[in-house]
Amino acid sequence: MPMDPSFAGREYPLGEAYLVGVEKVREFAAAIGDDNPLFHDRAVARAAGYPDLLAPPTFAFAVINGAQEAVLFDPALGLDFSRVVHGDQRFVYSRPIVAGDELSCTIVIDSIKNMAGNDMITLRSEIVDATGAHVVTGYGMLVSRAAG
Amino acid sequence: MTADLTSVAVGDELPPLTVHLDRGRLVRYAGASGDFNPIHWNPRVAADVGLPDVIAHGMLTMAVAGRIVTDWLGDPGPLAEYGVRFTRPVVVADPDGAEVGITAKIGAIDEQARTARIDITATFAGKTVLGKSRAVIRLP
Repeated sequence: MPMDPSFAGREYPLGEAYLVGVEKVREFAAAIGDDNPLFHDRAVARAAGYPDLLAPPTFAFAVINGAQEAVLFDPALGLDFSRVVHGDQRFVYSRPIVAGDELSCTIVIDSIKNMAGNDMITLRSEIVDATGAHVVTGYGMLVSRAAG
Repeated sequence: MTADLTSVAVGDELPPLTVHLDRGRLVRYAGASGDFNPIHWNPRVAADVGLPDVIAHGMLTMAVAGRIVTDWLGDPGPLAEYGVRFTRPVVVADPDGAEVGITAKIGAIDEQARTARIDITATFAGKTVLGKSRAVIRLP
């Protein structure tokens, strides 16, 4: 079933702020095999002028991933999740995510296109901190491959 | 290691990186990122959707490729932008896993904006797996 193109422009705010935890940041950094001390050692991060541990740049996706589910699993959108692959992803940063951040994420459907039976949905995820200041914007394109 | 951002020039190469991905790493990444799509850990499901075997999360490949930049920077603070296209899957066989080779060089410098573009190449089994893989950093 093709996706409903009238969903372009729709906004999905994340219900509750995402609280960035110290252990989650360490777990994520370890999972990607990154031993940069700024991602593991709070004293090193503070000595470098940050309030707490830095998260690796693509940690932004862990924040977006949870928020995205509201979009991707919206039955009215008609996305067949079992056929979804990630087409591209880009992040634009104002600053690194830091442990202790309370992040709000709003996902906007920028576009929905159908090409050769494949549905392509582009999502923009705006992430701001507790003061409302911009932290990072994610731009991601997902492809739902044609069945068969 | 910390890069000297006062003297970057177009063509400068960043220290290359080789990353080994195995099934254990995919499971760890699934838990850490919250992406539990079974094509990243269940060979039966991967085969059902026509894949040769379990594949790495695109975002894991993006994360490890990005390390070439943050390893070089030391502090990722100057990172302004990082984007990739996922052009080929990284197939992670058991028990051998997959070897991803990462290289990067300075592709352009914008003197007006005081930024540098870093072009990143990630290869697996002799073929590139990311397209338009670029980071932009702020220069002092």
